[in-house]
Amino acid sequence: MNKDLSVNLSGLHLDNPIIPASGTFGFGKEFKDYYDINILGSFSFKGTTAEERFGNPTPRIAECSSGMLNSVGLQNNGIDYVIEKQLPELKTYFNKKVIANISGFSKEEYVKCCQMIDKEEQVGIIEVNVSCPNVHNGGMAFGTSAESAAEVTRAVKAVTTKPVYIKLSPNVTDIVSIAKACEDAGADGISLINTLLGMRIDLNKRKPILANKMGGFSGPAIFPIAVRMVYQVSKAVKIPVMGMGGVTTARDVIEMMMAGATAVQVGAANLVNPYACKEIIDKLPLEMEKLGIEKLSDIIGICE
Amino acid sequence: MEIRQIFTISENENIAKNVYKMVLLGNTTAFTRAGQFVNISLQGKYLRRPISVCHKDKDSLTLIYKVVGEGTEQMSKMQNGDKLDLLVALGNGFDTDIDCQKPLLIGGGVGVPPLYDVALNFINKGITPTVILGFNNKEEIFYENEFKELGANVYVSTVNGEYGVKGFVTDCIKNENIEYDYYFTCGPEPMLKAIHSACNTKGQLSFEERMGCGFGACMGCSCKTKYGNKRICKDGPILTSEEVIW
Repeated sequence: MNKDLSVNLSGLHLDNPIIPASGTFGFGKEFKDYYDINILGSFSFKGTTAEERFGNPTPRIAECSSGMLNSVGLQNNGIDYVIEKQLPELKTYFNKKVIANISGFSKEEYVKCCQMIDKEEQVGIIEVNVSCPNVHNGGMAFGTSAESAAEVTRAVKAVTTKPVYIKLSPNVTDIVSIAKACEDAGADGISLINTLLGMRIDLNKRKPILANKMGGFSGPAIFPIAVRMVYQVSKAVKIPVMGMGGVTTARDVIEMMMAGATAVQVGAANLVNPYACKEIIDKLPLEMEKLGIEKLSDIIGICE
Repeated sequence: MEIRQIFTISENENIAKNVYKMVLLGNTTAFTRAGQFVNISLQGKYLRRPISVCHKDKDSLTLIYKVVGEGTEQMSKMQNGDKLDLLVALGNGFDTDIDCQKPLLIGGGVGVPPLYDVALNFINKGITPTVILGFNNKEEIFYENEFKELGANVYVSTVNGEYGVKGFVTDCIKNENIEYDYYFTCGPEPMLKAIHSACNTKGQLSFEERMGCGFGACMGCSCKTKYGNKRICKDGPILTSEEVIW
């Protein structure tokens, strides 16, 4: 089966549209021992802030029906360490361009990190996370209003030469207006969806399971919501969309692309099956054959 | 070798109150140390369930687990011949190559099992470990005979005094005047903390935390140590007494 899986994301050629999502793949170091991660289209590295962060107290994880909650809270080593240590190390086992996921607590922090990462030739795209539900006074606060999302977009676009994708939160009343505001402010693309804010209670302790009480819900349960939002946004904007949210199988990838995604990120699935992305890439040609698809990029947004 | 392996259940029996012993047949070559764990995929559950290995043989694993929720309840009902999808040989495991002549192994409740292969390692080296098995009461006790059969010097303590030495494991160390030059322990965190403060030698402590992946990817089980942030699943679950911060 000679199928064409390649896609073009703002000028970045990807062998296939499969991209492990930020926060579920670290810098690929754990996964490279399980399979050759160069088979991936790319991957989005662990959300990085200006300063090192430990994140939230534990427990940070809770089981849900067809999914999980996390309240990691952007634990990361900080942008300096990423540039000095983690990117050079990544070069020894990953020979493709990576997506730099940048988070922040102020417009200035986003600007600083984007300006620094813009100089790194290993980075193909900058994904600006304005949608982390697990940190206070930052993260999602920027992604829940069209004005502040646009403001961050304008500010980072002014200091970068690389394509900038804004990663949006589903915890909003009108995701389309926020996506359009980002497009108008100069965004090169939109990533969606981040996790949905959720909560579980320990019945014995009569207290929330998560130390931070609430956390981001991910996994197959959120897939229909993600498909809906990718569909709505991709119909409303002209810039490409990276679709994510509960993607687990090759058929999910095809569905996400039919909804309008140019590339597809896989998140929680990596955590329960470390081979998830490899299996999806292996199975895509077979599923394409069944559906009469020769070139995967032909189906982007094909669903009317 | 894939870290994901399919194992077949060959034994699954109730050995104490809410505690089960499961023997699984499959490829165990990836395991390098006592105290490593497996992460078990269960039907209808999204996240895997991490369980430490009690004993590893060339083609079998023994797991001892307590029914604490829906996942372990489901495991307790599984039959011989049923298959389980496991991520194997996770975590750092206990370092039993350290230099000690009088190792003390202290287990609390379902923290007892991973110490079995620690004891076995020392017996194989000609060193007799002292083992304290701590439980709340008599009906929770398991593996006293198994440790005795290995040739270890075994004490059992129960909090309510129904059996063995009355009190906590730390009372047992003191009241029985146990001599040791290094310790290995696994159990509930308050017990680990009490041991860390009561014992005057170095040691290794096995920690428990709610995990996402079990192999270091999600940062769900991070903790702070004197040597920096660590992931309980990948850099642990065993931390040394020198690095632990409470």
